[in-house]
Amino acid sequence: MSALYAQVLLNGLMLGALYACIAVGFSLVWGVLNVISMMHGSFVILAGYLTCAAFTGAGIHPFAALVPVALLLLLLGYFLQLGLINRVVSQPVLTTLTLTFGLDMILYNLMNVWFEATPRRVTLDLGRLEFGEVVLPLDRAAAMVLALAMTGLLYVILRGSRLGRAIVAVRMDRDAAALMGIRVPRVYAATFGLGAMMAGACGALLALVYPITTNVTGQLLGKAFIVCVIGGLGTVPGALAGGLVLGLVESFGGHWFGPQVAPLLGFALMLVLLAVKPTGLFGQRGYE
Amino acid sequence: MKPLLEVEKLSKHFGGVHAVRDVSFTIGSGEIVGLIGPNGAGKTTLVNLLTGVHRPSGGVVRFEGVDVTAQRPHEAARRGLARTFQIVQPFPRMTVLENVAAGALFAGQAGSRAEAERLAAGYLAAVGLDRESQRLAATLTLPSRKRLELAKSLAMRPKLLLLDEVNAGLNTSEIDGALALIRRIAASGITVVLIEHLMKVVLSLSQRVLVLHHGQLLASGAPEAVMRDPQVVEAYLGARFAARFAGGDAKSEASHG
Amino acid sequence: MIGAAVSRTLGSRGLPWVAGLWLVVLALSPLYGDNYIVKIATFVALYGVLALSWNFIGGYAGYPSFATGAFVGLGAYAGAICQNAGVPMIVAWLLAAIIVAGVAAAMGPVILRLRGHYFAIGSISLVEIGSVLASNWSGLTGGGEGLNVRFLPGGPDFIARFFLYAMLVILVAALATTIAVDRGRLGFGLRCIAQNEDAAEMVGVPSTRYKIAAFVLSGVFCGAAGAAYASWVGYIAPADAFSILLTVKVPVMVLLGGAGSVLGPLIGSAALVLLEETVWARFLDYHQAILGAIIVALIFFLPGGLLGLRLRWRS
Ligand SMILES: Nc1ncnc2c1ncn2[C@@H]1O[C@H](COP(=O)(O)OP(=O)(O)O)[C@@H](O)[C@H]1O
Ligand SMILES: [Mg+2]
Repeated sequence: MSALYAQVLLNGLMLGALYACIAVGFSLVWGVLNVISMMHGSFVILAGYLTCAAFTGAGIHPFAALVPVALLLLLLGYFLQLGLINRVVSQPVLTTLTLTFGLDMILYNLMNVWFEATPRRVTLDLGRLEFGEVVLPLDRAAAMVLALAMTGLLYVILRGSRLGRAIVAVRMDRDAAALMGIRVPRVYAATFGLGAMMAGACGALLALVYPITTNVTGQLLGKAFIVCVIGGLGTVPGALAGGLVLGLVESFGGHWFGPQVAPLLGFALMLVLLAVKPTGLFGQRGYE
Repeated sequence: MKPLLEVEKLSKHFGGVHAVRDVSFTIGSGEIVGLIGPNGAGKTTLVNLLTGVHRPSGGVVRFEGVDVTAQRPHEAARRGLARTFQIVQPFPRMTVLENVAAGALFAGQAGSRAEAERLAAGYLAAVGLDRESQRLAATLTLPSRKRLELAKSLAMRPKLLLLDEVNAGLNTSEIDGALALIRRIAASGITVVLIEHLMKVVLSLSQRVLVLHHGQLLASGAPEAVMRDPQVVEAYLGARFAARFAGGDAKSEASHG
Repeated sequence: MIGAAVSRTLGSRGLPWVAGLWLVVLALSPLYGDNYIVKIATFVALYGVLALSWNFIGGYAGYPSFATGAFVGLGAYAGAICQNAGVPMIVAWLLAAIIVAGVAAAMGPVILRLRGHYFAIGSISLVEIGSVLASNWSGLTGGGEGLNVRFLPGGPDFIARFFLYAMLVILVAALATTIAVDRGRLGFGLRCIAQNEDAAEMVGVPSTRYKIAAFVLSGVFCGAAGAAYASWVGYIAPADAFSILLTVKVPVMVLLGGAGSVLGPLIGSAALVLLEETVWARFLDYHQAILGAIIVALIFFLPGGLLGLRLRWRS
């Protein structure tokens, strides 16, 4: 394999790790609540803006900002779900989707007013590693590693914590979980909060590698959709696999067919998969 | 008698579960046939295979001599192959009349919606639901829903009617009412396959009985002969119903017959 | 549901009269209003077309479609490209409608196999694909720069009226089709599908064919309206033509009025356009947030609208 392909592969993996991190929270919410959160892309961008603001305003290092920003989004998500979305959570697809879309319009508009639409990013010159002709910028590498770490963290939370087991129980059988004394509305709120938290963590990382602008909220949401369809709904490994596949497809597709075609490949892959195998490439059910 | 339905080596497996295995039989025009077998024997799956809900894993289904193995459910309906659902499936937010009219319009003879509703009223009267015709289907009681299901399939003008456990969940007097109704349906010239896990219902009505067990056809023949078939007694009654049959069911059988 | 309530009080005989009266009110707008009013009337007619279109698949068949933006965008581009290639304007609109219908018929069998969220996503991704294609197929679409469409010659009054009546003609066509579907076999079959698809098949409704028919109907008028819109504004760009906002706004309109009825989409689209227009004028910066707040409020405080939706959405 030539150095060129190694580079394309590496870029794909870095992109894929970010996609996985973006999608895993979205997938969690969809899988457990049966709600598509149209706000997910805006959550990511909100966190990105907050990280940038902390960096330029107070000189806070993005790695230090990551945790408080993610926690802030966790709270935002928790209370949105508890106060609003829970009331319609068992309504038809169209209702919940429309509600989160309406909420997204509000958030999107407010972000445009508060932060203005000009793209911004955090530039940390961390240097780069070079292996022959293959270049690994360290800020990107750090973002990738942290994205994978956050995804892993969610896995551990779902596997190991009481909350995680409650979430899995609610997903498997809501009524039985309620009978066992699990307070379902709280679990829903915590689930939505965790989803937003993951978006928050990704947003903080995204600010390191891409310009943050509200223009891309829809695209980010689109990536989350695609990853869920590729990897199957509602599992952390599925989101991880789906994210990596999408990253690689876009990276290699962009290399072979030109960068404009790359985003189209993801959608095409998604439509084909929806038609052939709606449970995803690795599809099995159950959130664990 | 010219066979109406011919089933040859029909099989269906879901992953590793062989729900129906190598089942072959024929049903003649005008017959009333009982299909019995304990829960999980594959009866509903067989109905789903005959009506195009599931695609068979192997085998052939012929209806009036035509290979219909690959048909879609609506094609089965239009051919005159109607079925009721074990779990009743009304259109919940339509009136009872509209439910039946749907059968008359899409599979029966109605040329327009007005005609369909006119015909539907007749079928509702036939099953004794005429007083409920303007109620929403979702508000009916279970026995009424079963009648609705019957009226809907009658409106489709079927040649062959597959009744999947129409008596399940009904009490004794309701069952007697339903059986009288089925007798009338059969007398009107419609071939009926009566699918039940309760023997009593089937034996009193059927001219011929098929026994399904673990997806396989265990026996077929006249009700009395099948009942004496040692294989049936052992596999079916011996395994699951011996105690009940010897006790309650046998007595009610006697009193009924 | 406002629409359902109105139809109940009027009885089905009254429906054509109410719809007809509404068309007359729109058609007479040049008599009682200036060009701004005529423009709003044109928008009301445009959204009326889109809402009635969505109603075929979303209301009658009960499939949560978000493909409206794809149909409109495709229609706009198809019309604009045809027109710029020298096809007369109205012929270009017809061609656009046919092209969109063809694409809907081709996509239908693929995405109509999906249900619930998957169908919603499949349909929404059509919008995204359209937008990506339009941005990148520069030779045909002008890419991200967008595409200019030849302006209709004539004064502003003439142009305003011309496009008002053009939209109204499309609206009448969509309305007439809706009434025919509502009273006929197709509408009945689609209602059966919406309430229980398996049972619908079992009574003889060819569900796949009917769903595709509904999907094509929900595309064809959007295609014509999109092409007419492109001719009206004279310029289209990928993100505006293939709009996610539009794709969600239209179902919201129908739900506001009452899905699966004839009048509901008309009432809902008029209400939302007028609401938006008054909001838009006052709070330019917060336009989207206010629209979002309206949507949220609708869901919680209009149980007769969204929450009272008497449709089945599979999930
Ligand atoms: N759609 C399906 N997917 C997987 N297994 C099925 C499906 N339908 C039926 N089965 C299995 O096939 C067997 C026969 O079921 P069924 O036909 O419902 O039996 P019966 O109607 O005689 O009670 C059962 O073991 C059941 O679990
Ligand atoms: Mg059964």
